[in-house]
Amino acid sequence: MTEIFVARSADLPEGARNTVEYEGRQIGVVRAKDKLHAFLNICPHQGGPVCDGLLIHRVEEIIAPDKTYQGMRFSETDLHIVCPWHGWEFNIETGKCAGDGKHGLKRFKTVERDGAVYVVV
Amino acid sequence: MQYRSSTPEFDRTIEGFHTGEHLVNARRQADARKLDDVLIVDVDCHHYETDNFAEIIEYIEDPVIKQGAVNTFAYKGSAAILMDQPGYQDIGGRVSRYLERKHEKIPKTANPREVEQTLRWMNALSVDYACLFPTPMLFMGLHPQAEVEVAMARAYNRWLTDNVLPSNPRLRSMLYLPFNDPEATYQMVKEYGHKPGVIGFMVVSTRYKPVYDNAFMKTYALLEELGLPLSFHASYNWNDQLVSMTNRFITAHAVGFTFFNAVHCANWIVNGLPERFPKLKVIWIESGLAWIPWLMQRLDNDYRMRTSEAPALKKLPSEYMRDMFYTTQPMEMVNNHEALELTFKMINADTQLLYSSDYPHWDMDLPSTIWDLPFLSEKSKRNILGLNAKRIFNLDVSDRFPDAKGKSDGMVDTFKQQVTPA
Repeated sequence: MTEIFVARSADLPEGARNTVEYEGRQIGVVRAKDKLHAFLNICPHQGGPVCDGLLIHRVEEIIAPDKTYQGMRFSETDLHIVCPWHGWEFNIETGKCAGDGKHGLKRFKTVERDGAVYVVV
Repeated sequence: MQYRSSTPEFDRTIEGFHTGEHLVNARRQADARKLDDVLIVDVDCHHYETDNFAEIIEYIEDPVIKQGAVNTFAYKGSAAILMDQPGYQDIGGRVSRYLERKHEKIPKTANPREVEQTLRWMNALSVDYACLFPTPMLFMGLHPQAEVEVAMARAYNRWLTDNVLPSNPRLRSMLYLPFNDPEATYQMVKEYGHKPGVIGFMVVSTRYKPVYDNAFMKTYALLEELGLPLSFHASYNWNDQLVSMTNRFITAHAVGFTFFNAVHCANWIVNGLPERFPKLKVIWIESGLAWIPWLMQRLDNDYRMRTSEAPALKKLPSEYMRDMFYTTQPMEMVNNHEALELTFKMINADTQLLYSSDYPHWDMDLPSTIWDLPFLSEKSKRNILGLNAKRIFNLDVSDRFPDAKGKSDGMVDTFKQQVTPA
């Protein structure tokens, strides 16, 4: 196992991301929901740079008890990262594709110590 | 550029967009597959003519339309003369290049900025030749004034053939036809059919003008004589009475981008136009592929019962459809490869299918979508990615592949080959 330096902790606040290269492949590291998340920067759809994409909460429908549609809202819990090439969305915590759970991002472990963030490969 | 997210903490600022960097993973894919050694012709991709709109409207010939357009443009932008549609194709900023590409820094040269911008993405995708189409003009067929569509089509085509196509031999176009005016359509083919870089003509299918109208017959005859393909490029009209029942863009797109092409294609066949113009090459663009087996099956089934309503036909509708050409994008990448493989078989993909990316639009497809298909031979992949286009557009590719000059690619003549009935 190899630890690759990603960033000083102070340089990776909530919502920020950094990308590192390892053996010709890019790994993106994102801090979101007070956790670090590291993914291979390749979308399983067509290979887009998914870690460069927007962080945005899952959109959900508001359905009243009588089953009528009442609009849409952003989830207060589920955060997605969106591939900027085509818009495929992935749950930041599970890496699973929101539209098709059979697809997912390749995850890496992260370590944070002594004020620095590392990804484990 | 500032992108607003669901909460301010995830708002994003992106600076210094570069098409080549945005597509670095595409370049890596191309390198891994050695696609630079493969002829790739992108039969459907786009630029934004609105990036040069002030320049283009100066090309409008009609003095009254031009005077009005120039003054209105000053406060209303391109909506001065172009139609627009509701919806947000960038999925609310999720597909970020829509906004970013507009502000991409391109060194100033004598050429319009899309020349360099287009070459950037072509190089990333390993595309050798690209057939460039406009973007907002794809709604002009819905303009209530046919003369405005004619004015814009003539201005755009003149601007494109004066400024873009001559700048690089890798850039080609099937020129926009103002199809709501049959006479202007005919004149356009007559006037521009021999211009360098023009490899055919394109009708935006989103309109309410039937292809069987007698007024178009001389245009089809001229195209057939010139050996230039006629293509129908899909689009959508959210205000169409049927499509207006959809309440999300996903539905308007999934249905709308197939609907108009399906109607025109059915009309084309049932009215016997393939019998009247047997050498005219017809291409259906940007409706994906899944609609083709659907229409083949529907028409064949009905035709066997209602043969008298399509008396010009000498074979099954599906057989005529197998003589037509189709672009790949947006290829429905279903989980079941058997469905896609069957579709390829039903449309004779080996000779009839043409790769298209639709870059920079949100549902663009990379060449790897074809190259990685497990059921295709390498020969088939090469046909679909470039050799079919080389054949039907009669492309000289010797500037990219000098060794190919004068050599036959061994392709089947689609108009002579035997096809198996459904």
